[in-house]
Amino acid sequence: MGTMTRSGGKAVVTLPTDTQVKITREFAAPKHLVYKAWTTPDLIKRWWGAKRGVVNLAAVDLRVGGKWRYLAMTDRGFVVGFHGVFQEVVANERLVYTEVYEGVPGGDDDPAVVTLTLTESGGRTTLTSLTQLSSREVRDMIIKSGMEAGMQDAMDLLEEVAVSLI
Amino acid sequence: MPRARTTTDAFNAVAEPRRRQILDALAAGERPVNDLVLLLGVAQPHVSKHLRVLREVGLVDVRDEGRRRIYRLNGRSLKPIHDWVKNYERSWNERFAALDEVLDDLTKKEEGDGHHDA
Repeated sequence: MGTMTRSGGKAVVTLPTDTQVKITREFAAPKHLVYKAWTTPDLIKRWWGAKRGVVNLAAVDLRVGGKWRYLAMTDRGFVVGFHGVFQEVVANERLVYTEVYEGVPGGDDDPAVVTLTLTESGGRTTLTSLTQLSSREVRDMIIKSGMEAGMQDAMDLLEEVAVSLI
Repeated sequence: MPRARTTTDAFNAVAEPRRRQILDALAAGERPVNDLVLLLGVAQPHVSKHLRVLREVGLVDVRDEGRRRIYRLNGRSLKPIHDWVKNYERSWNERFAALDEVLDDLTKKEEGDGHHDA
C-alpha cells in the first residue's frame, strides 16, 4: 500500500521572517485534488492525524467568514484541538484562515494567520503554507514548550507544537 | 523555572536552507571559510554573508589562525531551534505522507470515472 503511493517529495520548512513559518511541498496530483483533500472533512480525517492519532472531528464551513475546527486524540490520550475562520476562499488555489490552538488562554485574541497556495505544473502541485504568528513572544513560547518536554512525551508535544503552526 | 534563553535572534538565521547547510557542515568540527566554499559549491561572498549572519546571532564563533579565519559551531544556542525546525519538518512530512495516500486514491478514482473536472 504505502510503497505503491506516488510520493510528492519532502517538505521544506523555512522561516522567512522572525514571525513566519513557511512549508513547501510538492504532490503527485493536480491541485483540485489537493484542495479537495485539504478541505473535505472525511478526507481530512484520513491524513491530518498522520499515524500519531485519530481525528475525531473535522468541521469545515468553507466560505469567507465560515469556521473550521479539528479535534484529534493522540495515541497517548492527549486531545488536540484547533479552530479558525476563513478569510479568503479561492477554490483550488488559495485559502487564508486564522488558526487557534485550543487550550492556551487568549488564543482567539491574536490568532495566527495561514495563507495556503496551490500551484500546478504538469499534473503536479506545489503546496505552500505560510503561517504568520502574532508576535515573537508567541513564537518563542511555542519553541520553548517544545524544548521543555521530556523525551517521554516529546512526540505528542512536538505534534502539538507542530500543528499549532499549521 | 528560569526563563529560557530568547531565541529571537537565532530564529530565522537557522531556517535559511543554505545557512542550515553551513551549520551541518560545522557540526563535524571547525572549518576555514574555503572549506565551506568547497563543500557548499557556492561563491565565497555568499558563504561569507551567511557566516556573518550566523556570527551576529551567536550561532557560530570565529578565530584567526594566521591568515585564515576558522569558524566553529556554537552548539548551545543552536540546538533548541535547530531541533524544533527539524521536528516540525518531520511531523509535517508524516502528515504529508498520509495525504499522498489520500491523493493517490482520489487520482485513481477520478481516472476510473473517466473524467477530469479541473
